[in-house]
This record gives sequence, C-alpha cells and structure tokens, in this order.
Amino acid sequence: MTAAIEINAVHKQYGATQALRGVSFSIARGEFFGLLGPNGAGKSTLINILAGLTRATSGTARVAGHDVVGEFASTRRALGVVPQELVFDPFFSVREVLRIQAGYFGLGAENDPWIDELIDALMLTDKAGANMRSLSGGMKRRVLVAQALVHKPEVVVLDEPTAGVDVELRKSLWAFIQRLHRDGHTIVLTTHYLEEAEQLCDRIAILNHGQLAALDSKPALLARGLGKVLAITTAAPLAVVPEALRAKVKSRKGNTIEFELDIARDSIGDILEALRAAGAVITDLHTQEPDLEDIFLQITHGEK
Amino acid sequence: MNTRGLYTLFYKELLRFYKVALQTLLAPVLTALLYLLVFAQVLEQRAEAFPGVSYSAFLVPGLVMMSMIQNAFANSSSSLIQSKVTGNLIFVLLAPLSAFEFLLAFVLAAMVRALLVGLGVCLVALVFVPVPLHNAGYVLLFAVLASAALGALGVIAGIWADKFDQLAGFQNFIILPLSFLSGVFYSIHSLPGFWLTLSHLNPFFYMIDGFRYGFFGAADVSPALSLAVVALFLAAIGALALALVARGYKIRN
Ligand SMILES: Nc1ncnc2c1ncn2[C@@H]1O[C@H](COP(=O)(O)OP(=O)(O)OP(=O)(O)O)[C@@H](O)[C@H]1O
Ligand SMILES: [Mg+2]
Repeated sequence: MTAAIEINAVHKQYGATQALRGVSFSIARGEFFGLLGPNGAGKSTLINILAGLTRATSGTARVAGHDVVGEFASTRRALGVVPQELVFDPFFSVREVLRIQAGYFGLGAENDPWIDELIDALMLTDKAGANMRSLSGGMKRRVLVAQALVHKPEVVVLDEPTAGVDVELRKSLWAFIQRLHRDGHTIVLTTHYLEEAEQLCDRIAILNHGQLAALDSKPALLARGLGKVLAITTAAPLAVVPEALRAKVKSRKGNTIEFELDIARDSIGDILEALRAAGAVITDLHTQEPDLEDIFLQITHGEK
Repeated sequence: MNTRGLYTLFYKELLRFYKVALQTLLAPVLTALLYLLVFAQVLEQRAEAFPGVSYSAFLVPGLVMMSMIQNAFANSSSSLIQSKVTGNLIFVLLAPLSAFEFLLAFVLAAMVRALLVGLGVCLVALVFVPVPLHNAGYVLLFAVLASAALGALGVIAGIWADKFDQLAGFQNFIILPLSFLSGVFYSIHSLPGFWLTLSHLNPFFYMIDGFRYGFFGAADVSPALSLAVVALFLAAIGALALALVARGYKIRN
C-alpha cells in the first residue's frame, strides 16, 4: 500500500530564507500524525507544498501516491487542508461556501447530506445561513475545517486548527477529528498546544529551522526525555545525600529532594534502598513522567 | 475535465458581481448614458463620420464596446486581486481545477458581466438615439471576442498586481487611455497622421471598429482585418494568461 504522504528531500527557498532544507519522511495511511516545531520552523511551508499552494524549490512530494505537481488533480481530491490563516469569502453564507467548495471538487446536490452533517458536527447549525463576515473567529475556523472536509478527503491536514477556538469547541472538534481517524482518514496535525499532540498523535515529527529534528512514535519520543523526576520527602532533611546519588539530584528544598532519573538505567527501588541505607525515613514519594513539552524544548534547544 | 468544478467557479464569479449589481451592472450603464448625453449634445453638429450616420448614432456602438472592455477587465481583475489580498483564493487553488479550467471560469464570468453591461448600454441608448443594425453576427462576434480578451487581460493584471493601487494603475494608465484613444468618440480618420498611425497599433480600436461595422456596415478599416486583429489579440492574451496560471506565477508562490 502506498503511503498517505511521502516527502522526499524537499527544499524551499524564499529569497534568502531557507524555509525547508532537505526534509524527507513519510506518513502511513491511517496514522494520526503530529507535525510540531517552533514558529518559522517550516511546518506551514511543508503543508503548502503538499497542497500545491507553494512549489518546492527542489525535491518531491506525494499524497496517496500522487505527485503533488504532476498529478495535482488526484492529489487535491485526496487531500483536505485546514489553512493556518483565518481566510474567508465575505460574499457568501456558511452553507453557500460549503456548497461552492464541494462544487469545485465536482460534487453536487448528492453531497448535501454530508454538508449538513459537517455543519451539525462542527456546531454551525445556527450560523448555516449567516454571512461569513458575521461569524466570530472561532466560528470561521470551524467553517475552514468543514471546507477542508467537504469532499471527504482521505488525508486531512490541519494547520493549527484550534488556535482561537474555545475549550468546549476544541474538545468537540477533537472528538470529530478522532471520529474521522477511526473511519480510516489519515490525520496530520500541527499545533502549538503540545498536550493536544501528546494526547492525539501516534507519531510525531519535530521540525526545526527547516530540518527534521525528530521523528518517532510518541512513546519512543517521550522515552528520549531526560527521564522521570522522582521527588522524595523524608521525615527530617537529609544530612548528606549518598555519594552514588549525588549526580542525579535535580533540586533540594527542605525535606524534599528531586532526582532526575534515566529511564533506561535507573531503578526507583535502588534509589530508595540507597536512601534508607543512609538512614532516611521516607514519608512521601511521587514521580513525574517527562512530557512532550520537555522533549520539544530539549530538541529545539529551548526555542519556542 | 472537471466540468462541474469549472461551472461552480464560473457561477461563484457570477454571484460575486450579481450580489453587487448596483455597482457592477447599473453604474457602468449610467456612466455610458452620461457620456452619450453630454457628447452627443456637444458634438452633434460635427460632420457625419459615415454618410447618413448621425454623430449620436456613431457614438453608441463605441460606448457600448468601451463599457464592455472596461467591465470585462474590471470583473476578473478585481475578483482576483480581492481573493489574493483577502487570501480566500486558496479555496480555488486547493481544488482539482486545471489552469485552463481556472482561466476559463474567470473569463466566462467576465464575459457575462461585459455582455450584460453592453446590452444595458445598448438598450438605454436606443431610447435616445436610433441606431441601425447591419449585421447582428458581427456585433455578437466582436462583443464576445473583445470581452473574452479583456477578461483574460484582467486575469493577467489580477495575478500580477499585489495591491489594489497597482491594479488601479493598470486600469488608469493602460485600459482607460487605450479605450479612450480607440475611436470611441471620433472616426480615427479625423486624426492627424501621427495619431492615426498610433491608433492603428491599438487593439481596442479594432474591437470598436469591427463592432461598429456590425451596426452601420461601414468602418474605418475592413471588418476582416479587425476580426483578425481581435482574434489574434485574444489568442495572445489568452495564451499568456494560461501560461501564468499554469506556472502559478504569484499565486502559488
Ligand atoms: N510567502 C513567503 N515569503 C517569504 N518567506 C516566507 C513565506 N512563507 C514563509 N516564509 C518563511 O519561511 C519560514 C517558515 O515559515 P512557515 O510559515 O512554514 O513556519 P511555521 O513552521 O508554519 O511557523 P508557525 O508556527 O509560526 O506557523 C519562515 O522563516 C517564514 O518567514
Ligand atoms: Mg505555520
């Protein structure tokens, strides 16, 4: 089976700016894929190349097996893109916009039930007849999502779809996207809300300065982190930290010591034993798993 | 061929000007009517351009063609620049439409607007001035070819311009002078040598002259020559527009 998306040595030059410097990776069909990176990393540029909105300076890209330049019509039928910019056509109502967009893809009245379903799922029913101009920013963004899905594309790419969307709608939007994913659509997501990516995505790529800085499954990526943090509270402040543990101490505050553990090598049991051997009376203990934000910051060297 | 896609874009472009018909259809008809009333009043005493054709009658086809030229151009160019500036052109760019389908939709919509405006100017003018009809085929042929050419020129200008004022410049420094200096208000034979030569280089002159032939059966140059020039102009502008769209010049940066 061909990949949903294949990106091969893609470079993009804007004047003196190198937006992408040789990016290659592929996304399998049915994946929920996260494309992360700091501002200006090249995420939107890469998406625009897939969508045919921008042409790569060199390199090739394929969507559902079709070359994005040579077989643009098949590519675009297979692809739905929610753009990052909040763009809209002020001449039309929500329903008109969706009908028109479907028409561009060769779909007519037979597609109206799906349009109704989209309007309903994205909670736009009250606004279906309203002019685009009269919608709030979050509503406009939901219309953008509906527009991207109007032709039931196999691959759905969302460029920061939740920017400016309130909490409740964000949740319902994710529920809807997850439903699409369960129905077999490939989902590619960019977001600056890393918890979102951590919750939703199976596999994550991190772009930095136009290059792929990481590409891994979520667990593997999380495991790359500096590690767990183990916080131990003792009955009385420890006089001395056992020699073997000194290198791992992250912070000390009163009765509490935080250790930073290497997931692969350190065991919590060993640490507790060492502390007890040193006479510590342990009253409380908790651990904190590394999260995507830590990994992200580590990989992009603290830029955000 | 994505016929429904092409039709949808065409239809969307129709709706776009229809929703502001006051400005896109009625205003140009009123402008042309004002020209007709003022110029006919002032210049009626001049010699007949063609034997038996009053100056007012002579003026009507020129005004009709000028209105079509300006409105065909305005329709595609303003739609494109607006969509570019507001960013909503991407909805069309994301669709599986070929360069040819994209161009054709914009040109057809521009033609419909131009023909509606032309018809409007014609009907209103006939209330004031009787105009003969020598050959309806020529009238229609020139109306269609000229509005198609200007629709395509509007696509080029709309793609090229980054800002509204660049488009206004194109309109004020190219379209307007060419349409005024094309024999709308006079037979170019009344011009001194240099200006006569210059007029012969102006494609709009042939559009008006051929169109006028359709009404009076008389013109400054042969209708066959006008037809050839206008058809060639359309082919050249159409090819250039198609090449620009296909390359994604400025729209798929
Ligand atoms: N049309 C353009 N013209 C010139 N430079 C551009 C253009 N589009 C993007 N760039 C540059 O390319 C680089 C990558 O931009 P891009 O929009 O792809 O970043 P991004 O990862 O999507 O960032 P963000 O998180 O802010 O959306 C940036 O340096 C940007 O300034
Ligand atoms: Mg971006």
